Amino acid sequence: MSEETTNQFDAEAGDEKPGDEYLTFILGEEDYGVDILRVQELRGWEVVTRIPNSPDYVKGVLNLRGAIVPVFDLRQRLGMEEMPYSKETVVIVLRVNNQTGQRSMGIVVDAVSDVLNAHTETIRNTPEFSHEITTEFISGLAEADGKMIMLLDVDKLLNDDSESKYDDAEVV
Amino acid sequence: MSIDMAQFHQVFFEESFEGLDVMESGLLNMDPGAADPEEINSIFRAAHSIKGGGGTFGFSHISDFTHVMETLLDEMRDGRRPVTSDALNVLLRSVDVLREMLAATSEGADHDVEQANLQQQELEKILSGEAGASPVGKTESTASAETMGQSLGWHIVFRPLPHMLRTGNDSLRIIRELEELGDLQVEGDVSALPSIDEFEPEDSYLSWNLHLHGDISREAIDDIFDWVEDDCELAVMPIIDEAAVAKAEAATSEPVAETPKLQAVAKPEDRRKSDRRQTSAAASSSIRVDINKIDTLINMVGELVITQSMLSMLGEESEGTSVADREERMRDGLAQLERHTRELQESVMQIRMLPISFTFSRFPRLVHDLSSKMGKKIELKMSGENTEVDKTVIEKIGDPLVHLVRNSLDHGLEMPEERIAAGKPEVGTVQLNAFHKGGNIVIEIRDDGRGLNRDRILSKAIENGLVPEDHALSDQQIYELIFQPGFSTADVVSDVSGRGVGMDVVRRNINELGGGVEIESTPGEGSAIVIRLPLTLAILDGQTVIVGDETYIVPLVSIVESIQVSSEKINRVAGRGETFKLRDEYLPVVRLHEVFGVANAKTKELDEGLLVVVEGEGRRCGLFVDDLMGQQQVVIKSLEANYGKVDGISGATILGDGSVALILDIQGLMRLAREGRYDTELRQIA
Repeated sequence: MSEETTNQFDAEAGDEKPGDEYLTFILGEEDYGVDILRVQELRGWEVVTRIPNSPDYVKGVLNLRGAIVPVFDLRQRLGMEEMPYSKETVVIVLRVNNQTGQRSMGIVVDAVSDVLNAHTETIRNTPEFSHEITTEFISGLAEADGKMIMLLDVDKLLNDDSESKYDDAEVV
Repeated sequence: MSIDMAQFHQVFFEESFEGLDVMESGLLNMDPGAADPEEINSIFRAAHSIKGGGGTFGFSHISDFTHVMETLLDEMRDGRRPVTSDALNVLLRSVDVLREMLAATSEGADHDVEQANLQQQELEKILSGEAGASPVGKTESTASAETMGQSLGWHIVFRPLPHMLRTGNDSLRIIRELEELGDLQVEGDVSALPSIDEFEPEDSYLSWNLHLHGDISREAIDDIFDWVEDDCELAVMPIIDEAAVAKAEAATSEPVAETPKLQAVAKPEDRRKSDRRQTSAAASSSIRVDINKIDTLINMVGELVITQSMLSMLGEESEGTSVADREERMRDGLAQLERHTRELQESVMQIRMLPISFTFSRFPRLVHDLSSKMGKKIELKMSGENTEVDKTVIEKIGDPLVHLVRNSLDHGLEMPEERIAAGKPEVGTVQLNAFHKGGNIVIEIRDDGRGLNRDRILSKAIENGLVPEDHALSDQQIYELIFQPGFSTADVVSDVSGRGVGMDVVRRNINELGGGVEIESTPGEGSAIVIRLPLTLAILDGQTVIVGDETYIVPLVSIVESIQVSSEKINRVAGRGETFKLRDEYLPVVRLHEVFGVANAKTKELDEGLLVVVEGEGRRCGLFVDDLMGQQQVVIKSLEANYGKVDGISGATILGDGSVALILDIQGLMRLAREGRYDTELRQIA
């Protein structure tokens, strides 16, 4: 499944400027999107190996053809209510850039929905909410079929917190 | 020349640095007055290669400098000059200067010209000084030839041997290069040309009489013929008058000219090898591999291919054989495949293995220099230099070892008077030993000095707030304190040690390699630092343990034994910490399910599960787990590549069913357990 989808995306990406396409997915009632060029692979949920003393949202590590890839629960990462994993639960493996290079990381989402074409000019800024709602990972808002789609900043989501991740781990 | 020489620079520098190491160790081994000619010869060869390479690549400052060293060595080799300790010291310093020149050149920077000139003058002083008994040798003749040849030029008779073209050298290219030096007249000699039916197209039949006019140094000409000197008859004579030319021409008919004698020492095969090697100039590091290892590897691959074709044939033939027969052969084939894969894996691992002498070789010099600087008499003994370790270990262990040896020399060994007063031999001994033990490589730095000063370390640690004042510590625990990051040896800093990396960095570097450090010390008798390193960094022998529904791998090397304890052997300390008695030792219990927060551990009672007694950094503890599974070799995968460092975990691996299992870092785990306990104590005090 993963290969087919990626190939199709690649073909479409040829006509558009890069960064204009987003893979959209659902978390509960909400729609999110990530830059499709960052998507490495889609996998069904499978049991991962837990990492001791890691924050709750780190579900564990899985074997991606010989590489050890950590998997984060996006619901927990964003502070949403947990959901039991089902047949539809999908792990999106993303490429994350950081100072030292690239890393692969997986995020657990409820289901993958579509590929969204969004031009830069149609993407709107995220409004300010009260500080209890985390918006720092959201790079912008796009619209498709009357639904609002939150576009996630992959690098911020999975990277910038790396220090706090260790802090958490030490507190535990 | 049309070839881009820059692509060979990397190889030249690598070989030159190796050559310098050879020269250095050779010089250090040499006794003034009674030098082994073979030893001088090997030093000379190294110098000669550096000179040749320097000339070829246009680093004239390097070749000029080395030339002076070479001349001195040449005279020593021929016994025309006595080997004095003065000369040896000058040569040693020259090696340093040359190393700096090479380092600067490899980085494209300018070298310290002044220093190089000074050193060169010093070398020349020795050369010209009480020059050997009869310096009628080569130096003088070339010198005189040079002065005479400067104005007129050179007459060169160049007669390639038939096989020269096959060595990859082209006479035309050489002539073209000569032409660049000055006005060149070429006379071809076709007299040796056979008739067409005897003609071998790959042989060289032509020879040349070359007249090169202009102010050209003999060096420049020698450099051009550097690569072919063993494959041709060559005579180079200054143009003085007609008579001399005639004489020289007569001389070339007998190939015993003076030049070949000089060059016979340089190995032509080596040169050709480096000439053809297509290494890019990129800053990638290369590795020298014993040709035997590669042959083994190729054999292995051959076997693997045979097995593979056997298996695929089995798949194709469907008729004429019974199913049972085919199954039988299939099983055989798979067994073979398994064996060959394992052997292949082992031989590939072997490629990364280098003898530890790569690291050890720098110590004779270090000890030599430091001992004279500190006024101590020190003998360095090394053993097990051929013990092979992973290349990464070689690279990373160097600095920590230097630090430890310096420490031993500076703090460990006493001054000669002090040693005599203590009834010890005047000359202190430092031993560097490397050997295999279990699945580990052990490197020991052992001295017969005064040993670690227990009280001083303890008072220093109390002063720095590392340990509470009234804390009872064993000697071993006190020695361990020197590895603490905050431990400063401020009042014992000297010029030699006390700067650069600290002991905590030493320990960290070694831990990063998956190893550990231990200290042994006997006051007044000496101390030893024992470093344990894993044999390879890619594969590990592991014991699979089960806790709840999680699987972990314990490195087999850290397991002492696994036992079941009865509840009466377990004692509680202050209501919380648990210990158990193993023979005559009380060991703390580390419950893996508590440290790692495993939710559904099956056994909570100590007498129901198993205690795996593990050892790390000289400490032992009992690791409480639910059950033991099999032992297996696991491939170590990095957890840090995509995630980050996890306390108590050294890496991950993939099990046979494709799932991931984490590998325990025993030392980290014990620290984690200890710190956990400290935390609760602190909280209660507060």
